[in-house]
Amino acid sequence: MKTVKHPLLHTVLGVLILAVLLFPIYWMINASLQPGGATVDTGWFPLEPDLAGYRTALAEQGDNLLTSLTVALGSVVLSLAIAVPAAYALARFRIRWANWVLFAVLISQMIPGIVISNALYSAYADLGLLNSIPGLILADSSAGIPFAILICRALMESLPDAVVEAAMVDGAGPVRAFVAVVLPISRNALITAGLFTFLFTWSDFLFALTLTTTEEVRPVTLGIYNYLGAYVADWSSVMATAVLASIPAVVLLLIAQKYVAAGATGGAVK
Amino acid sequence: MSTTTAPTTAPPLGASAADDGASRRSAGVVRPRLSMPTRQRLITLLFLGPAIAYMALFFGYPLVKNIIMGFQDYTISTFFTGEAPWVGWSNYVAVITGPLFGTALMNTIIFTIGSIAGQFLLGLGLALFFRRRFPLAGVLRSLLLLPWLIPLIVASAVWKWLLDTETGALNRLLMNTGIVDSGIPWLSSPDLALFTVIMVNIWIGIPFNAVILHGGLQGIPEELYEAASIDGASRWHAFRHITWPMLRPVVSVVLVLGVVYTLKVLDVILGLTGGGPANATQILSTQAYQLSFTTFDFGQGAAVSNMLIVLALLFAVIYLRLNRRAVDE
Repeated sequence: MKTVKHPLLHTVLGVLILAVLLFPIYWMINASLQPGGATVDTGWFPLEPDLAGYRTALAEQGDNLLTSLTVALGSVVLSLAIAVPAAYALARFRIRWANWVLFAVLISQMIPGIVISNALYSAYADLGLLNSIPGLILADSSAGIPFAILICRALMESLPDAVVEAAMVDGAGPVRAFVAVVLPISRNALITAGLFTFLFTWSDFLFALTLTTTEEVRPVTLGIYNYLGAYVADWSSVMATAVLASIPAVVLLLIAQKYVAAGATGGAVK
Repeated sequence: MSTTTAPTTAPPLGASAADDGASRRSAGVVRPRLSMPTRQRLITLLFLGPAIAYMALFFGYPLVKNIIMGFQDYTISTFFTGEAPWVGWSNYVAVITGPLFGTALMNTIIFTIGSIAGQFLLGLGLALFFRRRFPLAGVLRSLLLLPWLIPLIVASAVWKWLLDTETGALNRLLMNTGIVDSGIPWLSSPDLALFTVIMVNIWIGIPFNAVILHGGLQGIPEELYEAASIDGASRWHAFRHITWPMLRPVVSVVLVLGVVYTLKVLDVILGLTGGGPANATQILSTQAYQLSFTTFDFGQGAAVSNMLIVLALLFAVIYLRLNRRAVDE
């Protein structure tokens, strides 16, 4: 990394670039704080912040936010429970066909979601999984599970052999060595995988759109979409919902920056 | 690595998975045991079984089912009668000769190429900019990630309003500064809408490109640039002969992932325009969605999404080959 001649000039330029790029996000927050209804001339600044938009948003979308939260947490648990042992086996067991599994995992990431929901819709209709939280958790994990396998396998492959062997020598079986030794030292990969699985599921729109048909089980992404379908008279409550739906992203960025970067590069270049 | 761990993992693998603690502690040797390969297979099954089952059910099954559905007359009545007559290639014929397919295919190509080119160039520019060391660079770089982390449908909602012809902030800005006299119909004009959704999709994709490319730039040793500058190389020469060749593997990965993602995406278009106006922003994935879930012709929807799979898999093959080459290097 090189130090530049005019560092402050760069900072100013950087701030300007970010200001332009992040203007939509500023606008979302600004609009969410405006008094409802006044759409024609929304002020450029929320000089008199009004929480009416949030009150409407919570009244109309509160249940949907809870649905999203439940589905996202469920998907994190399911994805980690399925993906982490698999990642370990792929990284450390001597399995001749391990590369084929890995190949399938990579390929699975290329399959468009519409293909999955097209086929799942009829299967779910037969199984009674439409409009159900378990149905959404299962479908949404199709983003988290391959990602978690790739991220965790990459880390577990790089674990020092000595650590795992020491546990084995102490008489632990492979299951106990995995639980007591491998899981704790893989913490970073688990957190990264968990955070991204949460974000994938929280942001899911396609499965929410295709696998739910009633209002009973409706993630917040679909709630926002339904706002957009009609003529929007009150943007402040739509934007307030949008802000609430963005909170996980912001939290992720604030508390887990290093995991985010690791996840971004890990998922792609792996 | 498998060769180094194999000898050491093999003996402990002999201990069966289920009875981990107690039995081994009691004697360990006297108990009759399963043969080693069997035990090993059980443990492998325990660790990998659930993942393989999930992948088979949620990727394998839909893939096969979709291929079959493409050859069936699979409509809403199928759900009541359970009958989906085999119709051969007629779904494909109907879709391809239909009025929409040509538009959707063309739009998919324009949307994909436009989005990727824009995301990549702007992402690369930002990656190069943030490579320099200056105050706040780290903070700014992580803020840059926000557009990528918020749900796509949230981004669509915000942009839909920003771009509104009457009340949108962008048009108000343009009119207040006197650049235009009346609001530009960004999303409601058939001539402009595709361009506009590409712009929004570029905005969403910039952070991902910038972060990955920035990561790639970090891997280029500083000494190379020092040596080049001693040799009197210009900045452009340094970029052309050092940065670009060293960054190539990362570039290919970013581009191919970008293509695969852009082919799949439908949140942005459904949120912004729903494929309209007058199908100006209809792409293959939105067409597949509408055939299946608004006209309930699952057979034709499957036919379109199967063509999408072929496109995506084509790029997947390229991705895997590039990936392997990147690893080899």
